Amino acid sequence: MKNQKAIVETCSLAIGYRSSGTERIVAAGLDLQLRPGSLVCLLGSNGAGKSTLMRTLSGLQPALTGEITIDDRPLHALKPAELAQKLSLVLTDRIDAGNLTAREVVALGRTPYTGWLGTLTKDDHSRIAQSIEQTGIGPLLDRHMHQLSDGERQKVMLARALAQDTPLILLDEPTAHLDLPNRVEMMRLLHTLARNMHKAILLSTHELDLALQTADELWLMHPDGKILAGLPEDLVLSGAFEATFARNGFSFDRTTGTFIIHQPVDNAQIYLEGAEKPLFWVRRALQREGLGVSSYRNAPCLISISEAENGFEAEIIFQNQQVKVSSVQALIGQMHLLFPSSAHSRMTS
Amino acid sequence: MTQHTPNRSWTLLFLGILAIALFCLDIMLGSVAIPFREVFRIVTTGESDNQAWLFIIEKIRLPKAITAILAGCGLSVSGLQMQTLFRNPLAGPSELGITAGAGLGVAAVMLAGGGSASMYAISQLGISGSWLIIGMASLGSAGVLALILLIAGRIRDNVILLIVGVMIGTITLSIISIWQYFSQPEQLQEYIMWTFGSLGGVTGYHLYVLSGVVTGGLLLAFASSKSLNALLLGENYARSMGLTVGRTRLVIMLSTSLLTGSITAFCGPIGFVGIAIPHITRSLLGTSNHRVLIPATCLTGTVLLLLCDIIAQLPGSQTVIPINVVTSLLGAPVVIWIIVRRNNLRSSFS
Repeated sequence: MKNQKAIVETCSLAIGYRSSGTERIVAAGLDLQLRPGSLVCLLGSNGAGKSTLMRTLSGLQPALTGEITIDDRPLHALKPAELAQKLSLVLTDRIDAGNLTAREVVALGRTPYTGWLGTLTKDDHSRIAQSIEQTGIGPLLDRHMHQLSDGERQKVMLARALAQDTPLILLDEPTAHLDLPNRVEMMRLLHTLARNMHKAILLSTHELDLALQTADELWLMHPDGKILAGLPEDLVLSGAFEATFARNGFSFDRTTGTFIIHQPVDNAQIYLEGAEKPLFWVRRALQREGLGVSSYRNAPCLISISEAENGFEAEIIFQNQQVKVSSVQALIGQMHLLFPSSAHSRMTS
Repeated sequence: MTQHTPNRSWTLLFLGILAIALFCLDIMLGSVAIPFREVFRIVTTGESDNQAWLFIIEKIRLPKAITAILAGCGLSVSGLQMQTLFRNPLAGPSELGITAGAGLGVAAVMLAGGGSASMYAISQLGISGSWLIIGMASLGSAGVLALILLIAGRIRDNVILLIVGVMIGTITLSIISIWQYFSQPEQLQEYIMWTFGSLGGVTGYHLYVLSGVVTGGLLLAFASSKSLNALLLGENYARSMGLTVGRTRLVIMLSTSLLTGSITAFCGPIGFVGIAIPHITRSLLGTSNHRVLIPATCLTGTVLLLLCDIIAQLPGSQTVIPINVVTSLLGAPVVIWIIVRRNNLRSSFS
């Protein structure tokens, strides 16, 4: 996959806005590549310039300097009609076409291929049917756009982009406004499309967790205008992922790949051992309560956890006392008895 | 791209039959009672024993009915195009000041040209005069439309755009008022009569010219239906689907200016048709697809303007009230109904 020729390539690209002589550079010196068959997630905090990059790559906004090539041809030299056969978009724009049915919206994707009246040929119809099947929106076809939920509407817009039959699809925050199951479904769908249809898919998102799991490649956008590209795992292990989202008040746990919202505790006094699954959830509960978990076995308090029939069992060993508990709530209660200061500090902080 | 539901086909068929029936009714009714058989004979063979009847049908009623159809189609299709282009449910030729722009063009010909350029004189000029007045009116509407498009590029808010449109319309009307203030009474009378609106003033050459220009404008609109559909998804999507937005805007502007300009030039400013008909058609057919909407809007526009014309003649009486009054009386409640029934708006514009 890595050896494949890139469909989009940028060469020392600078993006930003130019108005009345003054330039506002959002990011510069970008050398990026997008390959067929790969799902790339563009990540960055709010205001880092994700949308500007997406708009520039899709030709909606001119580049400040540098060059973007699509299929070895410079983007600015492509006619709108030619570009429409290479690149399709899913945007966050409001759709004012509530009276169109989902079927009509998907069919609009064939616009670059139809004649002056927009009459659909047999080939057009089969492409439309194919993209409807891939996105699974069959049951929605005869409903009007304003009758659809956000998730359904987003899928219809994706089907429209698929009907446009382009090797490259750009999606601007396709998971925004969706609930968790819909977000997961959308990402899985995009991953499948990249693999099976051999499409190059670039999407911007705030879903760090989902992006880490599904993306073939991440583009991390720093607020200082640099983009780091690489395999998600490489970026996590090198610490780049953490650095991009470094912020006071939460930290990234490289072991679990999740963000820890709660402040790390300096005087960690608890050591956890035992079954992996309950251990994960006990750790979370302790962190929320402000009880630090130590990585040293000789910590003053040891909790050994084992899986039980309905949940788990834990044994707390502290200063030669042993207490057995069978729920996280009971465990937390015990811990507050043992470490009253932590509960106090949580109240005052 | 549309699956024609039987329901939709029936609606279209019903509208078509209604349009034909109203056309016949419009020719039959009038201040002079002419038997139905005679009317039929005149229309089909062009002969009659009664020369007066022949004259009334051929020179007055038939041109008037045809003008009603042209105005109904033209104004409502230009309203439809503007609603899609501005993504604004309250856009229409009279609402955004386009009609006022056309009025300025007409005023320029009538009032500035001095006594020699009165409507009577222009009608004496024949074909070249009608081109002059159409040209000026279209230029006036194109000017206002271009100004509004320029502002629309900067302001994305629909309501603000509408307010700006109304303001530009007011400015245009004020310029006309200043002109009127310094004009001769005879010229003023001509102009004020024109503002009442009339479908009856278009005869002979003028009818050919108007038919030609309106047909051209409608064809241009129908040719843009693919672009208009793409624009329903917004400008960014339209561009991503290969649409040259600048050129499309220009074509839509040209079509709208020609339709509004020519009809306003000859029939006076006819209000509310442009805004109301597209909404009625959309809710009748439940679609925003312009390939269906443009022909259907023409049918609805025809039906409504023929109906207004029949009402304007006050059947059974000797008097005729101005067409503008009837369309406003009928159209304004429709607009209120649209605003009150926000659901209808939401389904098309959100």
